[in-house]
Amino acid sequence: MEELVKALTIGVTNGLIIALIAIGYTLVYGILELINFAHADVFMLGTAFTYFATELIVHGIGIPASSTLALVVTLLALPIIMLMTATINASIERLAYRPLRNAPRLAPLISAIGMSFVLQNIGLLLLGPSQKAVEPVLPRTDLVFFPSGAAWFGVDEMIVVGVTVPLLLALRWFVASTRQGKAMRATAQDREASGLMGIDVNRTISLTFLIAGGLAGAAGLVVALYYGQKFFQYGLQFGLLSFTAAVMGGIGNLTGATLGGLFVGIVAAMSDRFIEAKWTSVIVFSLLILVLIFRPTGLLAEQQSERA
Amino acid sequence: MTEAVRAPRRSIPNPLAGMEERRRQTVILAVIVVLALVYPLIYRPLSNAIPALPWPGTAVLVVCATFAILALGLNIVMGFAGLLDLGYVAFYAIGAYTTAFLASSHFGIHISWWIVLWIAVAAAAIFGVMLGAPTLKLRGDYLAIVTLGFGEIVRLVFRNLGDITIALPAFLGGAVILGPNANLTGGNVGINPIDPPIIPIPGPWGASIVFSNQNVIASWYLVLALLAITFFICRRLRDSKLGRAWMAIREDETAAAAMGINTVTTKLLAFSLGASFSGFAGAFTGAYNTAIFAETFSYNVSILVVIIIILGGIGSLRGVVIGAFALLYVDRALLPWLGDNIVNDPMHNLGVATGQQILADFKLTTYNYLLFGIVLVIMMIRRPEGLFPDAGAKAEMHGVGIAAEVTGATGDELTALGEIEEVSLDDAPIADTNGPPPEPPSTTTGPEAGT
Repeated sequence: MEELVKALTIGVTNGLIIALIAIGYTLVYGILELINFAHADVFMLGTAFTYFATELIVHGIGIPASSTLALVVTLLALPIIMLMTATINASIERLAYRPLRNAPRLAPLISAIGMSFVLQNIGLLLLGPSQKAVEPVLPRTDLVFFPSGAAWFGVDEMIVVGVTVPLLLALRWFVASTRQGKAMRATAQDREASGLMGIDVNRTISLTFLIAGGLAGAAGLVVALYYGQKFFQYGLQFGLLSFTAAVMGGIGNLTGATLGGLFVGIVAAMSDRFIEAKWTSVIVFSLLILVLIFRPTGLLAEQQSERA
Repeated sequence: MTEAVRAPRRSIPNPLAGMEERRRQTVILAVIVVLALVYPLIYRPLSNAIPALPWPGTAVLVVCATFAILALGLNIVMGFAGLLDLGYVAFYAIGAYTTAFLASSHFGIHISWWIVLWIAVAAAAIFGVMLGAPTLKLRGDYLAIVTLGFGEIVRLVFRNLGDITIALPAFLGGAVILGPNANLTGGNVGINPIDPPIIPIPGPWGASIVFSNQNVIASWYLVLALLAITFFICRRLRDSKLGRAWMAIREDETAAAAMGINTVTTKLLAFSLGASFSGFAGAFTGAYNTAIFAETFSYNVSILVVIIIILGGIGSLRGVVIGAFALLYVDRALLPWLGDNIVNDPMHNLGVATGQQILADFKLTTYNYLLFGIVLVIMMIRRPEGLFPDAGAKAEMHGVGIAAEVTGATGDELTALGEIEEVSLDDAPIADTNGPPPEPPSTTTGPEAGT
């Protein structure tokens, strides 16, 4: 029973990270009907920037890696990292997708695959070919224990939740309650009509990419700290998990992406714990294919007729 | 929209132009075939005579030809039927593993490669149908993701089944059904050796001709023959009733269905035929390398084949073959040569000087996909029809399709004459006569073609 609860906790923690990335897919798909293949690689660049930030903090400034101060300074770098990934994501849209806005449907998708490879190779150039440890900035102290005395979860999990949940809530508020959020929803519904109503469509699309990129950067920071690793192929690994989450929640649906992320995180954690880690990807991808075949509008599916 | 298409002033094409063109093409083809047949024999003297140039070795050409077969196969799916398949490598892996299972000591089965080849083709085709039947109703980009997932699943399953234990749960007695630690697929270590194709004709080469990487020249002739067969079949398919049905679906699925085309069967045929060519190439690769490893069948291979098609010209048989040879030549011969001779050393010195380990370890070949990624983006934006497109595709991509149909002239002639000032379709932006040409209208899969 304790094992199950612990696996569930890890699942929820991972699920929140996956949800942050999945929302990026869902936002962009909602507005452009484009699967932004490069999105996960923007996230990977977020982990790279975090790695450089920790290097700077620990070796440049000389703050001891496992001190509270190091953690606080790293978390202060979060807005900068988010800004960087946001800018990259918006620039990609400008460079590689906007010229293809009226092209056949598969053209921007192929362009996105190309961008994904470009970013992946930039990551390779920045991070090197192998998986290596990031400075242990995040303390691993166990906080909460089971009645039997075994550890349940610790400071690291709490910080993941502390970063991801406020961001998810802030996005929800932004899309639901602000003028710009309204413009995004309108553009997602009908781009042409929104343009006629005076919404600056290009600006709205750029804003969407900025937000998606920022969230991906935040996910990058959390992953680099929580997993304590840097790797240029994190994009592909987390990308497919997150895309699965976005599809499960019904692509274009923000709440769906969050719930989908949690679901995928929990399934992956259960498979890691009770089957074998090497089969986890197979299970998640099979789930993705099954959902697309039987429920292409997602598990939450309100009737979104033209969306799938 | 009534006067959107202006009739050109001069629209009678020169009938002799076509004949000259055909004769010219026959000559070019003959030259290429002769060059291909002779090249392995003159490669050594050639590279000795002019060592300063990055001549491709025969082994590189074998890889080029293998990828040309793969690209021709994917071209049926992507180019003819307009379905984006990002997991094409799966069928390549299935073909290769079928060969490995049936012609190696792994299971102790040694069937002649000439028979195994067809079993591998059939296996790949069956998996193509199995994947395609439930998923082909999905819209284009969803299909891309499903196939991508399938490609990853196949690779992981082949890797993981090298060490598998299946047992009942403890409360059911815990009996071991499979294993413990059964090795079905060789896992990470792969399957090695695999029997290469053999023709028992004695000669100066020994008791029989062995088509493996120990004998690249013989293998080159074999793969060239396989490529020729593939090319011929693809050409006949393109010009067949089935080929026209594929293209009709690609252009407008709803209209195609209204014309009486069974879209499900037709798309499924494209998928399984494409898959079978991938299995064909896989059977050759496995036997030629006499070894296979699960990790070689990665997502990158699928994307490489997609890039070949985009570069060569989607739907154009000739373009796809040229694209395969050009891209794999760059990947396997030109980049290593540039790296060894020009780029790596200065980067290494720079890395040592600045203390950057990553630059000190710099190898140009590591970054091949950076180049390919850039090529993909630039091609989509600047030249979506590819470098060697079919005349029709070219006209269509540049938005002169209707004018060409009306006048019977090719897009080339029309644009060359500069007689069309404005072509607009219902859903296309109005062309700016002074600005760049309008973006092509939705031709592959419109948003309304979804289910």
